[in-house]
Amino acid sequence: MSNEELKSSITGLLPSVAFEEGGEWLNILIEPGDWLSLAQQLRKDEALFFDYLFCLTCIDWKTHLTMVYHLSSTKYRHTIVVKAKLDRNKPEIEAVSPVWRTADFHEREVYEMFGVQFLNHPDLRLLILPDGWEGKNPLRKDFEDPVNMIRL
Amino acid sequence: MYRETEIIKEATPGSNGEAGVFTINVGPQHPATHGVLHLVITLSGETILKVEPHLGYIHRSIEKMCESLTYRQFIYVTSRMDYLSAHINNHACALCVEKGMQIEVPPRAQVIRVLMDELTRIASHELWWGAMAMDLGAFTPFFHAFRERESINDIMEETCGARLTMNYMVPGGVMQDIHPNFQNRVKEFLRLYKRKIHEYDELVTGNIIFQNRMKGIGLLTPEDAVSYGCSGPTARGSGVSSDIRKVLPYEIYDKLEFDEVLETGCDSFARYVVRIREMQQSIRIIEQLIDTIPEGDFQAKTKAVLKLPKGEFYTRVETARGELGVYIVSEGGTTPYRIKFRSPGFSNLSVLDHIARGSKIGDLVAMMGTLDLVIPDIDR
Amino acid sequence: MWSLSHIANEIHTWLSNTFNPTWTLVIEMVLAGVAVIGLFAALGLVLVLMERRVAAWIQIRLGPNRVGPLGLLQSLADTLKLIVKEGLTPDGADKVMFNVAPFIAMIVAMLLMAPIAFAKDFQLWDLNIGVLFVTAVSSIMVISILMAGWSSNNKYSLMGAMRSGAQIVSYELSAGLSIMTIVVLTGSLQVSDIIHSQGNGWWIFKGHLPVWIAFITFMIAVTAETNRAPFDLAEAESELTAGFHTEYSGMKFALFFLAEYINVFIVCAIGATLFLGGWMPLHFGSNNAFNDAMDYIPSSIWFFGKTFCLIFLIMWFRWTFPRLRIDQLLNLEWKYLLPISMINLLLTTAMAILGWHF
Repeated sequence: MSNEELKSSITGLLPSVAFEEGGEWLNILIEPGDWLSLAQQLRKDEALFFDYLFCLTCIDWKTHLTMVYHLSSTKYRHTIVVKAKLDRNKPEIEAVSPVWRTADFHEREVYEMFGVQFLNHPDLRLLILPDGWEGKNPLRKDFEDPVNMIRL
Repeated sequence: MYRETEIIKEATPGSNGEAGVFTINVGPQHPATHGVLHLVITLSGETILKVEPHLGYIHRSIEKMCESLTYRQFIYVTSRMDYLSAHINNHACALCVEKGMQIEVPPRAQVIRVLMDELTRIASHELWWGAMAMDLGAFTPFFHAFRERESINDIMEETCGARLTMNYMVPGGVMQDIHPNFQNRVKEFLRLYKRKIHEYDELVTGNIIFQNRMKGIGLLTPEDAVSYGCSGPTARGSGVSSDIRKVLPYEIYDKLEFDEVLETGCDSFARYVVRIREMQQSIRIIEQLIDTIPEGDFQAKTKAVLKLPKGEFYTRVETARGELGVYIVSEGGTTPYRIKFRSPGFSNLSVLDHIARGSKIGDLVAMMGTLDLVIPDIDR
Repeated sequence: MWSLSHIANEIHTWLSNTFNPTWTLVIEMVLAGVAVIGLFAALGLVLVLMERRVAAWIQIRLGPNRVGPLGLLQSLADTLKLIVKEGLTPDGADKVMFNVAPFIAMIVAMLLMAPIAFAKDFQLWDLNIGVLFVTAVSSIMVISILMAGWSSNNKYSLMGAMRSGAQIVSYELSAGLSIMTIVVLTGSLQVSDIIHSQGNGWWIFKGHLPVWIAFITFMIAVTAETNRAPFDLAEAESELTAGFHTEYSGMKFALFFLAEYINVFIVCAIGATLFLGGWMPLHFGSNNAFNDAMDYIPSSIWFFGKTFCLIFLIMWFRWTFPRLRIDQLLNLEWKYLLPISMINLLLTTAMAILGWHF
């Protein structure tokens, strides 16, 4: 499906969606609250069939956090990028691990690295960082570790 | 196979299955984890009820590190992620920077890159083959695999100056031209390899014990493989077409003749066969290119200081373990604002719990072998 | 002239002439003990070196070649290292059992030396139930492994020990049944009788297919009984780190290690005695010229030659095959080997009664 067709189908699913120009793939901007229902629709819709979440990450923009989901379909080979802006002080978004199982680990990683709370995540614990790291989020821009970080 | 509810029932104290349920720590120092992976396994006797990976023992926060390195520098760090396919990691990063800068790579460099990628893929699969056989208790294949891998490493050493972390790919091409001996040595390697490859099947593939250990073990349905984000041979063993070289061709892969290896067994044996056959496909690719390396520059002319325009760039390449994604977010400076490596091992590991439940502890080791986990790639 | 039995007789005569019978017996027992310990140590060194060399040969590499001429002193150097290492006992371990276990393993291996005929008329104790003695004593081995695994207070050790228990107990059945075929054919449990019955040809040549089947079953079963790959589930280093001896270090580990190799030697010696005639040279019926020519080769060389051939076979297994899984291992025994050896024993009995063997 081409980007234009994708645009119209996704607008049909979620009218409030915004599109971002530029970039290789179709970028869509959504409100965090809409994410879970949209994710389920994207996964289930026969014409879209986004069954492969190949990248899930977060970007710290200093003013806010942006969750970035790269979705692709193994059937139709089309790709979209879903972005959701989160409040930096209280970042919360619905977990999509029931929709795409791979999100389980990726969300745990984002949770510990950025402090994003994934609501209804089955097992939101530290994955990579050692116990007792809660509250300090290494990949946020304001993270300081005078011992291990070397400024160039 | 266990159903989810049964497992929870058995693993919960106070229920009927309480007696005999215990946990063991496999790793971080354990011969089967090939590094510092830490698995907490809940067992009932020899039967696995739950596998819980604990990561981070070799986490170096490469993503954070890259934020303070320039676009020329950060590529070298990525050799340390999946050190067995260092070339391909470098390649992915170089491609991503080139995509942002819109650099045209000269044809000679493209061919050299693909040759190096495929040699790396063979070397990586060789090591996997030996290590996996060792997980199953057969030591000898390890040395047979290293015999061939050694000659690849020698070729790499001659051209790149390093044997493991080559750092050969730079934005715009490759760091230096190939060694004058390169073509001859590669052809010599191909001759040696073709003479020896039948040993692999005789020693391991056809062995009845090996087949009994692998067939019907670690079943991963295509739906689950996609849902868990599996890629590379792990997904292709379940019949999911996921070879980025075919799906989204980069460099000159669309002009080359090779097959995407697909097996429909969905078990450990299928994943094993995929890798063995992939080595032969890599040989095919090398044979097509080795005699026709075009003349010309090995590197495009680039500025000394690279500055990516503001925007987001994503490349996907096929490493020996699966899909590697490099996601660069640029603010227009000389260093990336945010960089994300979508490593194949991380997603492939997440499926381990799913496929290991209900099987024996000996099978867990075999399954980890067929997932081909490289721990620095998982932890980054 | 200089055969082992001749030397033994000379010593016996001299001792009898010098001391009274009681002292003779005591001194002879001490000598035998020293000889067994010496053989034990020597075999350990030789077999470890042999294993490493065989492994290296199979794995297209050189193996130990630095310490001493051709690396011959490598295992001696290893032993020295193990002796000076600290023998740790884990905090939570059952101290007595933990420390006793390796010695039981070694004592069992030593006891098994008793009925083995190393050369013509050269045997520590030719007791009339020799074969039964071997099967009975070798099953004590499992106790030392269970003790080691249980007392280590380590889950890996415990799992290794439990696996080993299940494995050794099962495989003893088919090992015993395949030994029984020879006992049926010979009509005696005494080791010397069994060897003498092969004076006109080894059982493997005389006994047709049933003895071949018994021999193969025996080799598989003893490989499993001695916890060697592909049946090394008790150790299974890629699954259980080191199985029952995970917590052992220094000399206590070395004793387990040594006991394993001595056990390999002993089972191969038993195999050589039962199926390949022990020290009996290669004889064919009443072909006297050939038989006499063979007799010129000393009997001890025949015995050790055959034994080391079988040891090589077992080493070859180890460096070629992947490991089985525990349920496959038990399936192999209970569903295949045991029924086969039972039917085979029946066949052999019929053959022995009807006199179909040579």
